[in-house]
Amino acid sequence: MENNNKPVNLGLSAADRELFCEALPVVRKPLQNFIEKFLNWARANSLWILGFGTGCGAIELRPLMTSRYDMYRYGIAPRPTPRQSSVFIIGGYASVKTLKRIVRSYEQMQNPKFVIALGSCTINGGMYWDSYNTINRIDAYIPVDIYIAGCMPRPEAIIAGFGKLKELILAGKGEGANKYADNFEWYKANQRKIIKDWNMPDYNW
Amino acid sequence: MENSIFLTILYAVISVIFITVYGLFLNGVVIKIVARVHGRFGPPVWQPFLDIIKNNAKRTMISHGIMYFLGPVFRITGGIGTYLFIPAIYGSVMFSNLSFSGDLLLVVYFIFFGQLGMALGAGESGHPYSAIGVSRGLSQMTAFEFPFALSIVSLVIQYQTLSISAIVAAQQGGILNWTMITNPLATLAGVIALLGMNMHSPFDIVIAPQEIPIGPPTEYHSAFLGMLQTNRAIFNAAKLILFMNIFFGGATNIFLLILKTFLIYMISVVIGVSFPRFRTEQSIRFFLKYPLLIGILSVVISIFRQGV
Repeated sequence: MENNNKPVNLGLSAADRELFCEALPVVRKPLQNFIEKFLNWARANSLWILGFGTGCGAIELRPLMTSRYDMYRYGIAPRPTPRQSSVFIIGGYASVKTLKRIVRSYEQMQNPKFVIALGSCTINGGMYWDSYNTINRIDAYIPVDIYIAGCMPRPEAIIAGFGKLKELILAGKGEGANKYADNFEWYKANQRKIIKDWNMPDYNW
Repeated sequence: MENSIFLTILYAVISVIFITVYGLFLNGVVIKIVARVHGRFGPPVWQPFLDIIKNNAKRTMISHGIMYFLGPVFRITGGIGTYLFIPAIYGSVMFSNLSFSGDLLLVVYFIFFGQLGMALGAGESGHPYSAIGVSRGLSQMTAFEFPFALSIVSLVIQYQTLSISAIVAAQQGGILNWTMITNPLATLAGVIALLGMNMHSPFDIVIAPQEIPIGPPTEYHSAFLGMLQTNRAIFNAAKLILFMNIFFGGATNIFLLILKTFLIYMISVVIGVSFPRFRTEQSIRFFLKYPLLIGILSVVISIFRQGV
């Protein structure tokens, strides 16, 4: 698809094209020493989430902030913008229209970033598996670190999922951003198969 | 002579490290207190440290231009600058920082320096919420600057000096000598202005969670955000130390400093957890009503007491 020789951002108007960066994402190798372990510990204990609440799973995210479940005691805090967040939560089924926004939000997040997918719909389509307008498996479009199964998963299950994500980060396996940069062509090809009217930049800085 | 300059710089560095650690722990404790008011447990008190480490450890960063880059730099310069011109502990060589006579005006200027730099930086990020946050912040700043400046003028007339060290020295010898007792109106106007500066509810119209998600720093991320968070801690503690010095008798040792600044901060925190957010125009009208009148009154009374 796009590489450094071919023109990019063809989906945009000529005026908008200059506003976006044309550089492709690059793999940022983690350090292979104790510093990275320390940083991973900090990352695991300071998870700022970007809730993408288009699916019904988002309704189970809200109670996490309340005094009953209190996710902040694990260092998990909601954050309003993709730039500052480190965990992207897909709240259930994703329609073709929302997939565009998911891709754009995901690409605006900074490396290292992690993705949690809520509910059965993100794994195999769930009850919408034969719908004309939803995608069945989110993993084909952005790299997912943790799936939380259920329709919908209870807040306890989501907190358990965050626990799993922490273990993953501490073990140094939360390299979704590098995986995305590595297999960029494959992910973009998948996205283009679903998103017919590609009126957005190829890579969102 | 050269030796003493190096010693001053060394002491200033130690002092800045102290204020950073203290400010971050203060933020952590306040998050914990707010959580307890909500009936939650809240994160550990060292959570601000983790957030800053994590933000600085992000592997990618995006710049929107030179001013965007300089915004956090100006902000942290404003924070450290404010702190370094305030004598933190009365009578201590190490914590007297770089203060000199006439520094009260400089500190008052430096308090607003960071905000202006941040406004330019956030403006270049191009996000609509940044622009809304900046316009709100600058208008609120203009409003609470009136009572603050008037209370400072009142103090200067009362003590006939611009030096913070001299003002602290004049307040030594018991609680009855504190400005809080000798000039209660100026203290009241100053503390109300402090509520606006600290940006807790009801004056958190700049950050305004759930409304304009996070205001000016919407586009700031990674190490930019880490810098802003570090500054938040330093600047916050510096303001508290300034208010402790000019209104509440200063501190002669580190424990007194921690106790007094914590209690002063609690005014903001208690009011913050008790009241909902003002709208922008409500906040501005609030500052331009009673606090402004109290400030004018305190200046008039100071003038009469001095017999000028």
